[in-house]
Amino acid sequence: MNNKLIVSSSPHIRSNETISSVMRDVVIALLPATLAGIYYFRMGAVRVILFAVLAAIITEAGIQKLRKQEVSINDWSAILTGLLLAFNLPASAPWWMPVVGSVFAIAVVKQMFGGLGHNFMNPALAARAMLLASWPVEMTSWINPGSDVVSTATPLVMFGGAEAPSLFTLFIGNHGGCIGETSALALILGGIYLVYRGVITPRVPVIYISTVAVLTFLMGGFDPYFMIYQVLAGGLMIGAIYMATDYVSSPVTPKGQIIFALGCGVITSIIRLYGGYPEGVSYSILLMNVVSPLIDKYTSPRVFGEVK
Amino acid sequence: MGLLSFRGGVHPPHFKEPTSRHETLKAAGPKVVTIPLSQHIGAPCDPIVKAGDNVKVGQKIGEATSFVSSPIHSSVSGVVKAVKKCLTPSGEALCVIIESDGLDTLHENVIPKGDIKTLSGEEIKNIIKEAGIVGMGGAGFPTHVKLSPPPENKIDTIVLNGAECEPYLTADHRLMLENPQDIIYGLKAMMKVLDVKKAYIGIEDNKPDAIKSMKKALKDEGDIEVVGLHTKYPQGAEKQLIYACTKREVPSGGLPMAVGVVVNNVATAAAIANAIKTGMPLIERICTVTGKGIKEPKNLLIKVGTSIKEIIDQCGGYSGNIGKIIMGGPMMGISQYTDEIPSTKTTSGVLVFTPEQATLPKPKNCIKCGRCVEICPAFLQPLYISAYSLNNMFETSEKYNALDCIECGSCSFICPSKRPLLQSIRVAKREIIAKKRKTK
Repeated sequence: MNNKLIVSSSPHIRSNETISSVMRDVVIALLPATLAGIYYFRMGAVRVILFAVLAAIITEAGIQKLRKQEVSINDWSAILTGLLLAFNLPASAPWWMPVVGSVFAIAVVKQMFGGLGHNFMNPALAARAMLLASWPVEMTSWINPGSDVVSTATPLVMFGGAEAPSLFTLFIGNHGGCIGETSALALILGGIYLVYRGVITPRVPVIYISTVAVLTFLMGGFDPYFMIYQVLAGGLMIGAIYMATDYVSSPVTPKGQIIFALGCGVITSIIRLYGGYPEGVSYSILLMNVVSPLIDKYTSPRVFGEVK
Repeated sequence: MGLLSFRGGVHPPHFKEPTSRHETLKAAGPKVVTIPLSQHIGAPCDPIVKAGDNVKVGQKIGEATSFVSSPIHSSVSGVVKAVKKCLTPSGEALCVIIESDGLDTLHENVIPKGDIKTLSGEEIKNIIKEAGIVGMGGAGFPTHVKLSPPPENKIDTIVLNGAECEPYLTADHRLMLENPQDIIYGLKAMMKVLDVKKAYIGIEDNKPDAIKSMKKALKDEGDIEVVGLHTKYPQGAEKQLIYACTKREVPSGGLPMAVGVVVNNVATAAAIANAIKTGMPLIERICTVTGKGIKEPKNLLIKVGTSIKEIIDQCGGYSGNIGKIIMGGPMMGISQYTDEIPSTKTTSGVLVFTPEQATLPKPKNCIKCGRCVEICPAFLQPLYISAYSLNNMFETSEKYNALDCIECGSCSFICPSKRPLLQSIRVAKREIIAKKRKTK
């Protein structure tokens, strides 16, 4: 026994799960939707995704270099932010838009507040909101799937019209919209993978989507077709499965997560049905992000053996 | 009957295969034993022997100084070399160093004490007290104190802990396979002391052979029930075990007796049986010597006071470079900076890690994933207690119920950011308790 022993306080073992493995799992879960996006929107999607991801990685590395911190781009979190932002942009967006969005997401929303774990909002969603407010025209020039660029509207705008897509089309994602949001099928597949891997619990997505379903059914004149249309169209799937479940900006207590998901569902439904925008997913999640610390504070679990 | 459990908990890998099938072997008699005079929770013992005295096996060498204390006996026969401060697994303490003559001559007091059918409860309790029996699961709480509840707490149930939820350890497992009769005898003795009619023996279902062995040994006892527990850490934590078996929640800050339950380890029960049947006090125990850093992992019956180094030598010595020596299991054991320390009544395992296993990953930022909240068996929010503790905001840590932490380490284990959650919660607990003492 000639070498020095390590002395530390218990426990002496750690699980295999790391930040990188969790983030990597989310990126893997997004692969089906990425492929669907590229299949439907061709080179436009590839361009937006590449620019968004690269800009996110470079911004993260650059800021960490500048602040003389350890560069942590290998933890997959910047890649994930870039990918999620690209999913929230139309394939027709000019190349600089994903770049501006990623720089804003990483530099302002994430790093300025202290880096990984300290952002108070979902960086990708905050960047999308910023882009939508700054370049509303470019952010809403939707194109139809396929090789020729034909401009169109999103299903949420078209509902009731002659060109409105069928529920099946909505489910597989063969319609206009943001790159990653159209295919409910691909997004659900990824979601099942995340639940299977234990990365997320079904709590938030299921409650969020159910709340929207129930409210659109009640407020939309008890029309089941309208309800399913609302659930499948727009950014609800990607928002509920991948954005509202973002660890950092959502509550940590189980009860808090339920309140968070209910709030998201209510706000989404209200914006969609009565608001000025056709889509309310991103704003509803951003709003609930901001109240997350408050929710956590008031939903502390009952301690084992607590005397009431 | 389905498996019983508690809410929360984690699933660390078991690592029990290297030793679970190895029969317990008697370790070679040590030449010198260093017996600490404090091997229990409570007041340390006063030495009643001095250098030059001759002692025999089972002779009392340390007298308990208060009610919450437990006497210490010699594990060998020979000559006392010194009574001095030495390093023990839990820090420096007064020890009696005895050179063995190799004869293991029994002391005159080591004679059968009778049968639990004829002995009265008070007599049994006195035998337990005099035999220096303490909780052998790890904490070392004097057993006779547990068996003396204040009159306002009516005890109606005893739970025997055979969960052995710590990875690597198989000492209790082997005991349940090799000596189920003594465990039951000891349990019955405790039931008589407390005048209790109902008892459970909780065993995790990763030890089906132990469940079978205990059930077989029990076949005609209706009031003792063997319950299979879901294999999950910390299933053997006192309050979680009580909940799993009886669905009673020990109140926050309270003791098991508040819900009418007393919990004891299976090894403690066997030691009680031995003390009654043969009169032999607690001077040896089964210990699992295991880990990647050990050449031949074994379950050994070792005498209290044997040097850890000697024990490891009997297991083929170290295999390659070693990085960490842990007394106990990997979740709650105490790491040591040397192997020149004696074993005690509570040494259930000696675990040796390679340098790779011993190196802990670097902590990253908390990403608020909520894993620690989800799994905390005490239903706490470790991330917040830890964050406030790291910022020296101990009062806020207290508001987040830091004192309810059972220090099982599940949060630190599960954390994907590898944060020192339990480590910082411990700091907070210490500060809060220190402050409470000061204001009193």
